[in-house]
Amino acid sequence: MKALRNFLDKVKPNFEEGGKLSAFRSVFDGFETFLFVPNTVSKSGTHIHDTIDSKRVMSFVVIALIPALLFGMYNVGYQNYLVAGTLDQASFMEVFFYGFLAVLPKIIVSYVVGLGIEFTVAQWKHEEIQEGFLVSGMLIPLIVPIECPLWIIAVATAFAVIFAKEIFGGTGYNIFNVALITRAFLFFAYPTKMSGDSVWIAKESIFGLGNDLANGTVDGFTGATALGQVATGSTTTVTDALGNPVGLNDMIVGLMPGSIGETSVIAIMIGAVILLVSGVANWRTMISVFVGGALTAFLFNAIGSETNQVWNLDWMEHLCVGGFCFGAVFMATDPVTSPRTNCGKYIFGFLIGVVAIIIRCMNPGYPEGMMLAILLMNLFAALIDHCFVQRNINKRLSRLNNK
Amino acid sequence: MSNLKETFLTPLGLNNPVAVQVLGICSALAVTAQLEPAIVMGLSVTIILALANVVISLLRNTIPNRIRIIVQLVVVATLVTIVSEVLKAFAYDVSVALSVYVGLIITNCILMGRLEAFAMANGPVDSLVDGIGNGLGYAIILVIVAFIRELFGAGTLFGYQVIPDCLYEAGYMNCGLMLMPPMALIILGCIIWAMRAKNPELQEK
Repeated sequence: MKALRNFLDKVKPNFEEGGKLSAFRSVFDGFETFLFVPNTVSKSGTHIHDTIDSKRVMSFVVIALIPALLFGMYNVGYQNYLVAGTLDQASFMEVFFYGFLAVLPKIIVSYVVGLGIEFTVAQWKHEEIQEGFLVSGMLIPLIVPIECPLWIIAVATAFAVIFAKEIFGGTGYNIFNVALITRAFLFFAYPTKMSGDSVWIAKESIFGLGNDLANGTVDGFTGATALGQVATGSTTTVTDALGNPVGLNDMIVGLMPGSIGETSVIAIMIGAVILLVSGVANWRTMISVFVGGALTAFLFNAIGSETNQVWNLDWMEHLCVGGFCFGAVFMATDPVTSPRTNCGKYIFGFLIGVVAIIIRCMNPGYPEGMMLAILLMNLFAALIDHCFVQRNINKRLSRLNNK
Repeated sequence: MSNLKETFLTPLGLNNPVAVQVLGICSALAVTAQLEPAIVMGLSVTIILALANVVISLLRNTIPNRIRIIVQLVVVATLVTIVSEVLKAFAYDVSVALSVYVGLIITNCILMGRLEAFAMANGPVDSLVDGIGNGLGYAIILVIVAFIRELFGAGTLFGYQVIPDCLYEAGYMNCGLMLMPPMALIILGCIIWAMRAKNPELQEK
C-alpha cells in the first residue's frame, strides 16, 4: 500500500499543469482517486464527511456482483459441457475456466469502450473522471447472452454511454439506467443475437477447452431460456438444454440457459445481502419489486389462460426465472435512477414488479419484461418524488395554518 | 437580388425549418426509413409550399383577415390532393410507402408557418423563392436522416445493397433500431447538436 502511494506521489508531477503528461491528467486523477480516498478537504463552511465517496460506493456494488459473475462463468461452461455430453469427464476447474475465457472478453470490451468514452469526455471538458461506469461496465456483460458478438456490445455500450449518460450531464444525472439502455439497444437493434433459442449456450471451444457445438457434431438440444420455453410452449414445464424437466430448486440454483449473470437466485441473493448490509442499496425498493411481482403473478395464476402458458407459470417460478431477481437487486436499486423519497421507493419498486409480470404475460413479442419495466419506471422516478415531496409540503403547510 | 438570395439560403442553413425551428418533425420521423420516400416527400413538400406561397401571396390583399387560415388551408389542401393523385398515378409504390403522410402535408407546420409569416406579407416572387428554400431545407434534413437510417438499418441505398456481402459474412449485422422511429429522433437530435456546436449564435442564452 505504502509503495503504491509513494509511486503515485512520484509520478504525480508529470501529470500536473505543465508536466510532460498533462494531457492525461484526468486519467491519472481517476486512477489515483479510485485507489486512494482523496485527501482534499473543504475549506469553507461546516461539513461532515465520511470516507465513503461515490467511488467506494461503486466498488461495493462491483463486489456484490462478483458472486453472480463467478456463477455465470461456471454456468457458461456447465451448459457447454452438458450439451456436449462430456460433463462427467471434465473437472470443475476446466468447466469454470472455459466459462471464464468465454465471459472475459465481454467484460474487457464493455470496460474499454465505456471508460474510453468517459475518459475522453472528462479530458475534453477538463473535468474529473466520473466513476459511474465502474458498475455499468460490470453489469453490461452480465445481462447479455453468452453468444452476443463483441462488436455489437461495443456499439451498444458506446450508444448508451453517450446518449443515456453523457448528454444528460454524466454520472448522477442520467434518468435511465445505463446498463439497461445498453441492453435495450441490443434488444431492439439486434434481436436475433439477444433472444431466441440459439444464443444462450456458448458454442465454440476456446484454447482447446470446451466443446465445439457449432459444426453439427451435437444435436438434439434446445437452448431456449425458461421464459422462452413457456412463452412458446404448451405447458409450464421448463426443461434444461437436454430436455429434462427442471423444478423450482434448479431455478434457484440457476444451472440453466439465460443471460450470463441472471440465472442463479442464490448468487444474486449473496449480492443482495452485501448491498443491504453495506447500505448501498435500499431494501424498500428491493422488497417492493418482489411484492409487486408476486402479487401480479399470483393474480395471473388465479385468472389462468388456455392459450398463454406464461399466465399459468407459478408465481414463485415467475420470480426465479429470467432477469427478475437480477433486475430487482442490481438495477431497480440504482440510487441515481430510482426515487429519493422512501414512500416513493415503495411505489417505484412495486410498479416495476407489476409491470414486469404484465409485460411477460400480456405481450406476445418478448418473453422477458424486467428490462422494459425498469426503464419505464425510471422515467417516472422524478414524478413519484415530486408527488411525495409536494404531499409532505402540503401536509406541513396545513399543520402550520391550523395552529 | 441579394435579398432573394438570402431568402433562399437562410432556410437551408441558419434558419432551417426542421433543425432550427423544429417544425415538421412527425413526417421527418415517419418517412425517413428509406431514402426514396424521403426524397419524394421532400420534393412534394417543396412543390406544394412553393405553389401555395405564390397563390397566397397573390391573394393576400383580398383575403379577409378573419378567415385567412381557412383560405390557406383550402389552397394547401387542393395542392396536396393534386400531388397525392399524381404520386398514385406515376409512383404508386412510393405513395404506398408514404401512406397517409402525403395527405398530412396539409397539417405540416412548415406550410402554415411560411404562409402566415411570409406569403401574407411579401410579393409572389419573394414568396416563391422562400417556399422553394424552406421546402429544400426540409428535404435536406430528411435526406440526411434517411441516408443514415437506410445505410445502417438495411445496408442499402435506394434499395440497392451497398454494404458488401463479405462484411456480413464477417459478422456484421444491420441495426434494426435504425428502422424504428426513435432512432430518427436521435439522428435528428445529433444533427441539431452538430449545427448548434458549429454556430454558437443558434444557442439560447
